[in-house]
Amino acid sequence: MGEGKDVRQGTLALMVLKTLESMGPLHGYGIARRIEQTSGDLLSVNYGTLYPALLKLEQEGYIASEWGVSENNRRARYYRLTRTGKKQVERETREWNETAAIVARFLNPEES
Amino acid sequence: MSVRSFLLRVAGLFRSNRRDSEFEAELESHVQLHIDDFVRSGMSLAEARRQALIKLGGIEQTREEWRRQRGVPAIESMAQDLRYAIRAMRKNPGFTCIALLTLTLGIGANTALFSVVNGVLLNPLPYPHSEQLAILYHKSAIADQGAVSYLNFLDWQQQNATFSSMAAFRNQSFNLTGEGEPTRLSGHEVSADFFRALEVKPVLGRLFTADEDRVGGAPVALIGGGLWKTRYGSSPSVLGRGITLNGVRYTIVGVIPDSFLFYDGYGTQVWTPVGRWNDPTFRDRRVAMGLNVIGRMKTGVTFDRARQDMGRVAHALAEAYPDANKGSDVTVVSFKQDMVGDIAPFLFVLLAAVGFVLMIACANVANLMLARATGRAREFALRSALGATRGRLVRQLLSESVLLGIAGGALGFALAASGTRSILALLPDAVPRSHEISLDFRVLIFTLAVSLLAGIGFGLAPALLAWRSNLTDALKEGGRSVAGSRGRAQNAFVVIEMATALVLLVGAGLMIRTLTVLWSVDPGFDPHNALSFDVAMQPDLGNDPAHIRAELRKIHDAVRNQPGVLSASVLAGALPMRGDSELPVWKIDEPKPASAAESKWTLFYGVEPDYLSALGLHLLSGRFITQADSEHSPQVVVVDDYFVHKYFPGESPIGKRINVGMLDLQPEIIGVVGHVKHWGLDTDATAKVQAQIYIPCTQIPDRFMPLVGNGIGMVVRSANDPGAQIPAMRNALANAQQVVYGAETLEEIIASSLAARRFSVVLLGIFAALAVVLSSIGIYGVIAYLVGQRTQEIGTRIALGAQRGDVLRLILGRGFALTLGGVGAGSVLALILSRQMKKIIYGVSPSDPVTFCAVALLLITIALLACYVPARRAMRVDPMIALRYE
Repeated sequence: MGEGKDVRQGTLALMVLKTLESMGPLHGYGIARRIEQTSGDLLSVNYGTLYPALLKLEQEGYIASEWGVSENNRRARYYRLTRTGKKQVERETREWNETAAIVARFLNPEES
Repeated sequence: MSVRSFLLRVAGLFRSNRRDSEFEAELESHVQLHIDDFVRSGMSLAEARRQALIKLGGIEQTREEWRRQRGVPAIESMAQDLRYAIRAMRKNPGFTCIALLTLTLGIGANTALFSVVNGVLLNPLPYPHSEQLAILYHKSAIADQGAVSYLNFLDWQQQNATFSSMAAFRNQSFNLTGEGEPTRLSGHEVSADFFRALEVKPVLGRLFTADEDRVGGAPVALIGGGLWKTRYGSSPSVLGRGITLNGVRYTIVGVIPDSFLFYDGYGTQVWTPVGRWNDPTFRDRRVAMGLNVIGRMKTGVTFDRARQDMGRVAHALAEAYPDANKGSDVTVVSFKQDMVGDIAPFLFVLLAAVGFVLMIACANVANLMLARATGRAREFALRSALGATRGRLVRQLLSESVLLGIAGGALGFALAASGTRSILALLPDAVPRSHEISLDFRVLIFTLAVSLLAGIGFGLAPALLAWRSNLTDALKEGGRSVAGSRGRAQNAFVVIEMATALVLLVGAGLMIRTLTVLWSVDPGFDPHNALSFDVAMQPDLGNDPAHIRAELRKIHDAVRNQPGVLSASVLAGALPMRGDSELPVWKIDEPKPASAAESKWTLFYGVEPDYLSALGLHLLSGRFITQADSEHSPQVVVVDDYFVHKYFPGESPIGKRINVGMLDLQPEIIGVVGHVKHWGLDTDATAKVQAQIYIPCTQIPDRFMPLVGNGIGMVVRSANDPGAQIPAMRNALANAQQVVYGAETLEEIIASSLAARRFSVVLLGIFAALAVVLSSIGIYGVIAYLVGQRTQEIGTRIALGAQRGDVLRLILGRGFALTLGGVGAGSVLALILSRQMKKIIYGVSPSDPVTFCAVALLLITIALLACYVPARRAMRVDPMIALRYE
């Protein structure tokens, strides 16, 4: 039923976690911009889809949030990585790399 | 999903408002930040806003997505299941209606009965700390639970160490005169501490003081909230006003709340202090003038402890007053137990019965669901092929059945709300505390639990079948494996239904037999066309014995002269099945017994000559009292055959004289009449005092005449419907300011002595009928299904030369086998269970073969009739049409 979307959500979650790991605390808009920039505008999803992903990560305890003030003096909700979140980034990165390697072997069988 | 996130999400279901508004703020800030960026890159504000929203993908959509994440998918999928279940129910209205009707009846009956059990047995009495309240009886040679003499009560009150307060009360109805037409008010004479013991506070004014509760005390009265409202318009100025009761002017000092409830419901309207009564008989330690005692045990005192303590008091009193108290003890029972009486075994049997009805209802609905499950096998197969897990399918089926159960429960609750009242109204005397029966929170919880259990119960079978079902088989048309296990399950259900129905039929049958036996018991009098009522004599009667006797004669004549009246008699003493008054007796040549315990006791009736014909007694030898037996003639007495058997075995009592204690009479026995079952048709044989004597009421000694004038009974035999005579009697006596009350036909009196049993018979009958109807529908369904399944086979058989009779036999045989299985299993079960009814049946054995055979035959006949309908259809199968299917 929802399998395809789940994969995309999982990917998005990893991107969010990775972004927070490298950038430090960031608000939702900032995370969205950062992912867009990093992906070289290849990721043309709506920013809105980011928020359910953020909520899910927060519910799972990987990130935490609090209200803060942006550089141009706007109130914004800032997300930061928790300790379990950091471990999750490592684990997911590893898993993702493994999966990517396997898929890569299937896609380019002559290389193996 | 981790536990943490699950909890957060469940919490999210509830704290949604704050989270929502926080998210609104976050979205707002997101858009602002975005707009800032766009504006910085040179865009107009409006355009920036537009672009930001586009990039976001819409506020509403984002909100929607976010909310979905916030909630719990399991709950949402449950909601989905429920929506689907409702749709499935709507698609199949026939099934839904039958299932709902069945469940409504089953759950409704259970709810109704549980509300009765709850109100009568489970709920505490409506007094503060009611578990500390006890009723204390005088235990003696006459009775284990006898009334208490006033002097004994005073000593109990003083000498006990375990009760924080103790009070006495006696029924006393009052003639209210002086304002408008004289009316009869039901009331109690109580000791000063009565309401303090019950911890009931007046809504207005005060309670009695100890000074008012003694001879010469100021005449004061408390009135009930009902009387206060109807007669005094709930005015606070009622305090200090006068009220004339039985000719005495009382001052109202307080109002007892409307909600005050005692043995007889909310009916009591007046209370006066009992201690003002200075009649010597009332203050005779040997005589209990219908006085009962209630006590509140001190905190932490158990009933055993109170019994020990009262035993000590009783012992001391026996030493001090041997003539009255030797061999006496005190019986202490909880107030609740006393009020509820022996209804509990009836209610438990009924509760079990109604539980069985629900079981049958569930089995029936399970069968219906099985039938539908087969029809839906392809739907389920398809859904599982599309990726639904088995768990999801089972959940789907269960949510359908639970939904059905809950809906049935809701309807059943509504049914019970109206049904309970009407059943109780049908038989008002049957259930004590019936005023307190209502559908309270506990009943609601019970119904909910029963509905859920029922829903899961009958949903389980089809769900299990769906679990086991084989995908590929089901996808093939008419898969055999599902049908096979379905058939087995269906048969099992039908056998269970039949067995349960038989158990209920046996229960109802035993009760019907009990009642038939009891109705055919000769009460010793003729209850047809006879009426009894009480007469409150005029308030200014006074204490002159001659005057009272003259008034009694006037009353007799006034009643006797009514058209249609064949005979009438005054009755001093208790009417059979309505009360009791006992006297000690001893033979003329014997010494007077030293104590009450050593006396021979007998029931006593002060009557007129016409009592013989009015009540319809059987005169066995000698003569009955005549007009010639008066206060001026020699003292005479008529005894019953039990008296002869007990005190004059083997000799003729006629012409012998006896001493009648208390009254101090030495009458000569002039006749013997048949024994009257005074204590009730079933319990008379076990009563402690059974001997009976009849004394001319005019010969009651002068000093007791004021007591007679206090209130008398009247028994009237009429040519036709005695109930219709009541208004005429009332009018005939009203001229003399005498009030007729408590009128009942003797048939009604017997009927109400059997009220609990009649209540049980009616309910058990209804339950058994319901069970038979439901299980007949069950077996009909199975046989009809069988015929449908085997149409081709039957067609082939007929084509090959089978006789129609053979087909009929084939189908009926199948139904017969199922029924027989059920009847067999049910008989065994009924044999085990009917023993639990021992307490409530009478004159019939719990394993009564007549009942068992009769109900088995009845059930088999009805079941075969139910099978005959589809069997006939099978018989008429056209072989050509059947064969063409192949």
